[in-house]
Amino acid sequence: MSLLDKQAIVAGPGYSRWLIPPAALAVHLSIGQVYAFSVFKNSLVASFDTSLTAIGWVFSLSIVMLGLSAAVLGTWVERSGPRKAMVAAAACWGTGFLVSSAGIATGQLWLLYLGYGVIGGIGLGIGYISPVSTLIKWFPDRPGLATGMAIMGFGGGALIAAPLSNRLLALYDPGFVATEPGAVASSSALAQTFLTLGIVYTLFMLVGAALVRVPPGHGDDTTAEHSPGSNGALVRASEAIRTPQFWLLWVVLFCNVTAGIGILEQAAPMIQDFFRDNGESSVSAAAAAGFVGVLSLANMLGRFVWSSLSDRVGRRPIYVMYLGVGLVLYLLLALFGSTSTLVFVSLAAVIISFYGGGFATVPAYLKDLFGTLEVGAIHGRLLTAWAAAGVAGPLIVNGILDSVGEPGNLVAADYRPALLTMVGVLAVGFVANLLIRPVDESHFDDEAHADNQKRITTRMEATR
Amino acid sequence: MSTDADTSSAPTTDPATTSPLLIALAWLLVGIPLAYGLWQTLVKASALFTG
Repeated sequence: MSLLDKQAIVAGPGYSRWLIPPAALAVHLSIGQVYAFSVFKNSLVASFDTSLTAIGWVFSLSIVMLGLSAAVLGTWVERSGPRKAMVAAAACWGTGFLVSSAGIATGQLWLLYLGYGVIGGIGLGIGYISPVSTLIKWFPDRPGLATGMAIMGFGGGALIAAPLSNRLLALYDPGFVATEPGAVASSSALAQTFLTLGIVYTLFMLVGAALVRVPPGHGDDTTAEHSPGSNGALVRASEAIRTPQFWLLWVVLFCNVTAGIGILEQAAPMIQDFFRDNGESSVSAAAAAGFVGVLSLANMLGRFVWSSLSDRVGRRPIYVMYLGVGLVLYLLLALFGSTSTLVFVSLAAVIISFYGGGFATVPAYLKDLFGTLEVGAIHGRLLTAWAAAGVAGPLIVNGILDSVGEPGNLVAADYRPALLTMVGVLAVGFVANLLIRPVDESHFDDEAHADNQKRITTRMEATR
Repeated sequence: MSTDADTSSAPTTDPATTSPLLIALAWLLVGIPLAYGLWQTLVKASALFTG
């Protein structure tokens, strides 16, 4: 048995469960850097003397790999336990940066695709799901709060990485001033920044791996007592994907993410376009960047606040809010968003908080439907909806906007078709959520269910 | 939720065996960078109302 094995990290009787959220946050704050990748865009375009699209593909590739690796490796993560998964995630994420650094230093763009996109993307997928199942097992009474704390970290990671990366670039290239429009750092500074980030993130994630424990009794899945779903369900991942509930939830997540990306993707040019009159926008570039900051905060806080609230109001009602209220807010944004910046910013911030909330609440929704038997692996498979939405959302919005002009030269009315399309997308998700019912008993794992019942009975008798 | 030495549905948390200092250090380790990121974002976001 190695130090990484699940059996080696079973908590002692007095181990505080309040050490598990910071362990999870150490991982999620690190991999959340991916949302700040755009700070390198201009410098990378200049360094490789290539197009913005070619560099944009690095980010897209990493998100696709996140979804694929979470789906494919979810069962391995569930069986290996959180420490081995976190170490694997740290190794991939760190290696991704190091390979990218070598690519920048030698002018080999394919190494950036391989490093950040593929190897780093696999680290993202493993890292994202690695603490989720463990958190749910430690906090069976508050699964929404627990996963909300961790997944909030994924939103928070970008808030740290953006200013940190700009500081590192300025440190290694004193001529680089991040606040100057179109500022470009040297290739050498880029390579050194990637190298530094790779080392720092690896160490930070390893601290999380050292802290994490599985609850007493969870060293071996076959003998562990699992929390069943709301109707007693204990369903394996391979069986979960055969249920309508899984696919309905897939549609819910896909629609919620697609609609959120519709705003996030175009945030800065969008606010300027909404308040453009006679070709001139009343919103400055600095104020537009401030709007992006407001959305980042709303995204992060929504993950924690709404997911925690779902423990009290229930998972289906909270998604009724994300999708139903979100739909109305989207409609208001399309029709009245240009009346004032306060109205525009308020509506967009609440919509983005629902986007974040949708991510953070979904593991608890899965726990309610399928139980904790293989909830991490099921979550991994569900994240393919994120990867699909990451491609579909920008395609829909960019496709519609391209037909009327270029972002940066549009007016509020030009955005209406795209926003109204997103209202339709949210309506589909809203209906899918309403159709979700408890999982039919035919999908339960009979053996696991019977064993679990025996363990519960034995425990109850022993305490009489 | 199973616990080897306990009967409640949630895991036990015995402060006598987990040092509160360790818990505080662990939260500080993640809280400080997060607070830095939040502060930087608030400064950036303030431009929306001043810029």
